[in-house]
Amino acid sequence: MSFMLRLYITGQTPNSIRAIKNLERICEEELTGQFELKIIDILKEPQLAENDKIIATPTLVKELPPPLRKIIGDLSNTDKVLLGLDLIRKTKQTDKEE
Amino acid sequence: MTELYDVTVGNKVPKVQTGINGLDDITAGGLPKGRSTLLSGSSGSCKTLLAVQFLYESVMQFGETGVFITFEETPAEIKKNVRSFGWDLQKLVDEKKIAFVDVSPEPGERTTIMGDYDFSALLARIEHAKNSVNATRISIDSISAIFSQFVDGGIVRAELFRITAGLKQMGLTSLITAERTDEYGDISRFGTEEFVSDNVMILRNVSEDERRRRTIEVLKFRGAGHQKGEYPFTLTERGVEVLPLSSLELTMPSSDVRMSSGDADMDRMCGSGFFRDSIILASGATGTGKTLLVTTFLNEGCKRGEKTLVYAFEESRYQLLRNAKGWGMDFSKWEKDGLLKIVCTYPEVRSLPDHLLTMKREIEEFKPKRIAVDSLSALERVSVGKSFQEFVIGVTSYIKHRETAGLFTVVPSSSPRAVSVSEQHISSLTDSIILLRYVELMGEMRRGLTVLKMRGSTHEKEIREYTIDSEGLHIGDAFHNVGGIISGAPTHIIRGESDRMGGMFDSPQI
Repeated sequence: MSFMLRLYITGQTPNSIRAIKNLERICEEELTGQFELKIIDILKEPQLAENDKIIATPTLVKELPPPLRKIIGDLSNTDKVLLGLDLIRKTKQTDKEE
Repeated sequence: MTELYDVTVGNKVPKVQTGINGLDDITAGGLPKGRSTLLSGSSGSCKTLLAVQFLYESVMQFGETGVFITFEETPAEIKKNVRSFGWDLQKLVDEKKIAFVDVSPEPGERTTIMGDYDFSALLARIEHAKNSVNATRISIDSISAIFSQFVDGGIVRAELFRITAGLKQMGLTSLITAERTDEYGDISRFGTEEFVSDNVMILRNVSEDERRRRTIEVLKFRGAGHQKGEYPFTLTERGVEVLPLSSLELTMPSSDVRMSSGDADMDRMCGSGFFRDSIILASGATGTGKTLLVTTFLNEGCKRGEKTLVYAFEESRYQLLRNAKGWGMDFSKWEKDGLLKIVCTYPEVRSLPDHLLTMKREIEEFKPKRIAVDSLSALERVSVGKSFQEFVIGVTSYIKHRETAGLFTVVPSSSPRAVSVSEQHISSLTDSIILLRYVELMGEMRRGLTVLKMRGSTHEKEIREYTIDSEGLHIGDAFHNVGGIISGAPTHIIRGESDRMGGMFDSPQI
């Protein structure tokens, strides 16, 4: 199962930097290389935000595997990000029930 | 319409015209330029339509381009919905006159929110859209939707401030819609939308007596003048049209040119005819000859080659023609000659604001010199709340502006001492009032007529008897020794048997 992810940011704000760092860590630890990640800076390419109807940044869009999911925020809570991506954490066995 | 107000004189805040009929009058020139104006209204109050119309008219009338940000409907839905007004938004998008920013929710999409975020993306997209069409105006529909998508009110509020500040920085004049739940409650659903904007307008859609009444109110324009209070608006084939009733000023030109009523005696009673730009009210019960008065008035105009327009709310066109013919007036001929236009409709077919707008349009097109409405009381049937008063003010001031004479008929309420609503509202607006009354005398039903008021002229004060036959209306002599005619309870003033018999009518010629 390979993931297709897009992360929308607006410039190098603290939120953007945090979101990139968090996402890269999650991808490395949890997705074990089976992913394609594209980082889009809306300030540079605003037209790319139209298709995904992005309002807020940072926003992570998981296009594949379906269904499409959006996660808004700096992705600081790994558990919630995984839940949002319909994934269960590999490294830890005990997941807190939401 | 710009000559109707001069409130803008001395204002510091420049305004941009919206081009929406009437809205520029009640806003005293349009929306404050380079600022944001909140348009709050309950669901179904025409918020979205007005937001679209703002941009559409900007392009069509002033060549100003705009951006539309939609939070609720998709651009495709909006384009489709306004097609019924003949607005081709897709064409304007293709011509780069209007750009859409689509932030409508995707059905079935799940969004999770965690951690910090901001709305820079939205601002970046707005700026991109603005630059792509070189926009000066923007509509956002509706800002309340952001609050339902993002639960953290604190962040949303702060971000909205940033967005409106951003819009200001870009020099955009913006119209932002917001939801409200009560027609006379909080300004907006989440209680904070109004604070992001310098200016607030409210749309209302109130049900009164089983009828819908739409109004628009300018609540505040920071540092700029505007008309106060609620103004009715209506939906026509041109979109939203506001009726700027009391913003009209009494600056109508007044002429002392007289015109004949068609009856020499009536003219004499009025001091040689009606004034050319005056409103004449004829009040009388059914069968007192109101329609005859109207018919004579119109016929006289046609004979002089003046265009005449009549609104018959009680009779059909056929009845009107037949009656006129009975009195020896050939209305079919006048109609064929293009001098007479007869409009027969049931008052119920549309609301009063709609009646007013259609009448204005017809008057504008036909350019009559004489207008008759028979009767206003029929229109009163369909009125809601203040709408009848507004209608009368609207129609009288409009007619006067066009140097046209208007003859309106009303039926007084059945109780002789009570004043009917139509009389109450209209009597102070009219220049002349003619009363037609039944007089019960010595076991006979007779008719009496008097000129109650004739602004700017002397007139006869007597109550004259008149008769109606196949030739029309004949004004006779004054009633003598009879009191209480107008109050509806005539009594003889008997001085003696011989006096009563001989002196009831002063009739030297008979």
